[in-house]
Amino acid sequence: MGLGFFHRHRGATPYLLLAPGMLWLGVFFLVPVGFLVYQSLQSGSIDFGYAFNWAWGNYWDAIKGYRGEFERSFEYAGLATLIAFVVSYPVAYWIAFRGGRWKNLLLLFIVAPFFVTYLIRTLAWETILSDHGLVLRILTDIHIVSPGGRVLATGTAVVAGITYNYLPFMALPLYVSLEQIDQTLVEAAEDLYASKWRAFLRVTFPLSLPGVVAGTLLTFIPAAGDFINAQLLGSPTSHMIGNVINSKFNELIDYPAAAAMSFILMAIILAMVLGYARAVGTEKLTG
Amino acid sequence: MTDQITRKVFLRRAAASGTILTVPGLLAACGGGGSSPGASGGTTVAKQLAKTLHFSNWTLYIDKKGNRHPSLDQFQKKYGVHVDYREDINDNASFFSKIQPNLSRGQSTGRDIIVMTDNSRYPALLVKQGWVEKLDKSAIPNIKNLIPQQRHPSWDPNRDYSLPWQSGFTGIGWNEKLTDPVTTMGDLLGNKKLKGKVGLLTEFSDTLALVMAYNGDDPAHITDKTFNKAIATIKQAVNSGQIRQFYGNDYAPALANGDLLATMAWSGDIVQLQADNSHLKWQQPDTGGDIWTDNMLIPKGGNVYTASVYMNFVYEPKIAAEIEDYVNYVCPVLGAKEVLLKQDPAIAKNTLIFPTKAELDSAHTIDPNALNNEKYQTEWQNLISA
Repeated sequence: MGLGFFHRHRGATPYLLLAPGMLWLGVFFLVPVGFLVYQSLQSGSIDFGYAFNWAWGNYWDAIKGYRGEFERSFEYAGLATLIAFVVSYPVAYWIAFRGGRWKNLLLLFIVAPFFVTYLIRTLAWETILSDHGLVLRILTDIHIVSPGGRVLATGTAVVAGITYNYLPFMALPLYVSLEQIDQTLVEAAEDLYASKWRAFLRVTFPLSLPGVVAGTLLTFIPAAGDFINAQLLGSPTSHMIGNVINSKFNELIDYPAAAAMSFILMAIILAMVLGYARAVGTEKLTG
Repeated sequence: MTDQITRKVFLRRAAASGTILTVPGLLAACGGGGSSPGASGGTTVAKQLAKTLHFSNWTLYIDKKGNRHPSLDQFQKKYGVHVDYREDINDNASFFSKIQPNLSRGQSTGRDIIVMTDNSRYPALLVKQGWVEKLDKSAIPNIKNLIPQQRHPSWDPNRDYSLPWQSGFTGIGWNEKLTDPVTTMGDLLGNKKLKGKVGLLTEFSDTLALVMAYNGDDPAHITDKTFNKAIATIKQAVNSGQIRQFYGNDYAPALANGDLLATMAWSGDIVQLQADNSHLKWQQPDTGGDIWTDNMLIPKGGNVYTASVYMNFVYEPKIAAEIEDYVNYVCPVLGAKEVLLKQDPAIAKNTLIFPTKAELDSAHTIDPNALNNEKYQTEWQNLISA
């Protein structure tokens, strides 16, 4: 049969090409999400089994009972995304435009922490920020932290941990979009009497927007659902919604509540992403 | 533009086919819900040893020499049964969620012996659901060596399904180099000198039992009133910033490096930590600590006879002593102390390992009904994770 099949069914070709991806999406995303929704509408207990009965109350309970944790999750994720952006952009910019032949090595440095597993990296922060560690001593000496204060087991430590852990997800897309910018456009702007700063604002930055959008999404979305950082670096008053979902799922074996919360988290993130995409403009996303 | 329209149409179609895919998925996946408690009595047990015994236990919980476990080697030599020993239990809840799907479908978990703690809801739940096999007591004459305090737990009054592996105390551990002795719960929860450097345990029963005893209430009979009082006491300590964090096993490094000055702690952990840091101290609070027991259970589908023969083996004082000499928790086997007095008197005389009767008596146990009270559990989880 060979290629003849494709010639005879030319209309089907795009679908055939899309099929593996769609199958993947169906089996590993749509089916689990369907099951998630189904489970979130069950009630009962692990002892007697859960039964499906349109238990919308699970959603109401989740919002009513854990509003604080939802808000804290988005606050921490938002802060971490912002800090990661502020830190990454100059770095990515520098590597893209000034990195020269060291580009690949410099990129490797950004990715290097990823060679160590996520859990170990976070545990390392526990040591770095410890009450007897160097960081706290320096912060106390320069009066940022009052004597006897602490960094570990606070919200600050959680945000720091998240920022660190997701930073490469911000830096790499930024680098890719900056790297593709045609330098002659910037030169043209400067020829037309734009200052360096103005050329950056009007030419370079807008052209790097796809990277900004990709980077912020790749950082914000997983950060909002993170619970390891809050568990290891936080205190009982800095827990995120991920911690609650984890405890509902693993400790209380309350699958419906955990499913409802996961779905709410997903829905809020989706809504935020859509709003964000609309604000930035979708055509910017694809470059 | 046309490109976008086709993509939208395509997505809609994909979504539709997704739903079709979903339905059988749902039907298959929701089978885990209902479960019928199986009748476990009356099964006749084949008196034939299996080739291999699959034993799941907690980490660092059996004697070890190099890469070998001498007591398991002796078992193999004596009975010709190889023990597939797996250290795959880290905490009760996640281990339960690992075996629950199989058990609820009536499938074997691939294990003959598992070890779960009676201060979690799971041993009682496993018995209630009929997800564990009855022991073959005819193969366990050594059951007579079980210490009297352990013979009639409320969730398995005749030890039909379970035998203790090890027990432990929950009390207060502190670093004597950094703080004065902390021997009362009042100190732990209120002493301003410890502010932000105090740990509590994530285990419901550990923390609740000690706090209730401090409140003057009986942890073995929990009522809504005493429960709410205990939660209020803990909440106050959390809100005042006294409590740094709720910990599982991970309080150990924080206590060792000084981030915690004092914390609720398990006796066996402290015995092991003291080897590296002699400044760590441990005591039951003046209002009493808590005792918990890890229990060997045979999950449904496990080989009852082989598992029972193994349990009988570890209830020989000589073998129990060998394991105890390494593990250093509280030994449930009579006669092990006498063996160790000759072999390793320091261990035999350590009251954290072989406690006095007074120490055993001052330790509380938790009300098993409270462990299965969903309202209490939810409120507790909200307190520690929210």
